[in-house]
Amino acid sequence: MQKTYYDPADLKKFGKISEWNEELGKKFFDYYAKVFEEGALSEREKSLIALAVAHTIQCPYCIDAYTGDGLQRGITKEEMMEALHVAAAIRGGASLVHGVQMMNKVNKLDM
Amino acid sequence: MVTKSLHKRESDLANSKRQLEILSNGIFRSGDLPKFAHKIAETNQFPLKAKKLEILQINLGYMCNQVCEHCHVDAGPDRKEIMTKETMLQCLDVIKKTGAHTLDLTGGAPEMNPNFRWFVDEASKVGIKDFIVRSNLTIIKSNKKFADLPEFFKSHNVHVVSSMPHWTKGKTDKQRGTGVFDQSIEALKELNAIGYGIPGSNLRLDLVYNPSGAFLPGNQTSLEKDFKKSLLEDFNIQFHNLFAITNLPISRFLDYLIASDNYEDYMYALVEAYNPAAVKNVMCTNTLSVSWNGFLYDCDFNQMLELPVNSNAKHISDYNEELLYNRDIVISQHCYGCTAGAGSSCQGSVT
Repeated sequence: MQKTYYDPADLKKFGKISEWNEELGKKFFDYYAKVFEEGALSEREKSLIALAVAHTIQCPYCIDAYTGDGLQRGITKEEMMEALHVAAAIRGGASLVHGVQMMNKVNKLDM
Repeated sequence: MVTKSLHKRESDLANSKRQLEILSNGIFRSGDLPKFAHKIAETNQFPLKAKKLEILQINLGYMCNQVCEHCHVDAGPDRKEIMTKETMLQCLDVIKKTGAHTLDLTGGAPEMNPNFRWFVDEASKVGIKDFIVRSNLTIIKSNKKFADLPEFFKSHNVHVVSSMPHWTKGKTDKQRGTGVFDQSIEALKELNAIGYGIPGSNLRLDLVYNPSGAFLPGNQTSLEKDFKKSLLEDFNIQFHNLFAITNLPISRFLDYLIASDNYEDYMYALVEAYNPAAVKNVMCTNTLSVSWNGFLYDCDFNQMLELPVNSNAKHISDYNEELLYNRDIVISQHCYGCTAGAGSSCQGSVT
């Protein structure tokens, strides 16, 4: 049995998901490909969003994929790190903004 | 930061036979990855055959003012291999009779050859359609004696092709050496000032992009757009086209891949990105590479691996276009570098 849950080699097998449900697999990958095409946002901007989201959902496959993708697009490490701080700020902010709820509750219950 | 060539350092990898051993052993010997010959045989493209010659590429010597980390030539100030005037005369005889439409001078820094200007003068008289000099830009700023190179190029209608790994200083200097970015920007401004790279200008100025690490180049068109936007906004610099070139796993780039423990992953990435459509247009099928000492190779990479053409015409002195036509191209696993993704050549992507 494999000793870790994640194996970098598994990322390359992502496409095999379709083997057990071709219809939904195909729909997903078509959608995925379409999402990353240049539109109102550039492919470069989408790659940075993907990198930030990858860190938010803490997906090792996605971090691997979109760090490599960024380098190929000429995205600098400074740009990557700024994108991550956006993710971190939203994530941290999401915890902290609930502090208002805590404060409301304390203010209501506390004498 | 690399400061000396592998040759000067007496590195194991200065030996081309050692490089070829590495490229044929390990993951390729064990069968984890298919050898290049087997891969192209899958689509009935083995053996690769030379087509009509279109590009004659001449390497004027391995001496260079820079020591770039990824250099497949292992060029540097400590390399003394320089083409002699005698070999240049033999090249001129060939330039006069070749059917090739492009003459491509490279190095090292070709300008460091003491007979460079004489050779360009003579070669330009032949009237070849596209006359390229691969200039690293910093050479123009390296010494007063090179300061008039932009005017010299212009007076001979030379098409200038220059390396620029990124539009930011950090990534450029990391690959090519401290100060390279600022000097390159200055040189590009000088070229722009006399008409090079301006939209609509006949004075062609193209840039070459190599990834600054163990990854493949992205889409050439997108990269060109980003380069153009940033160079224009930040420095008011213009150029015509960007050639995105994949780093081939030989010489100093191979040394880097092995030292950084990236070799196997990089080879996997190249093989996974293999594109049979790129094989149809690989540059070795329409290019001939001439070394500093006049020997003939299918490409500049084979020259560095010392893999001579598979033909009875092996030297510029016994050059014969008919003999060279339809020859079997000499291949090894480094060839995956030219067939990955959109393909790669000295003129950029090939699909």
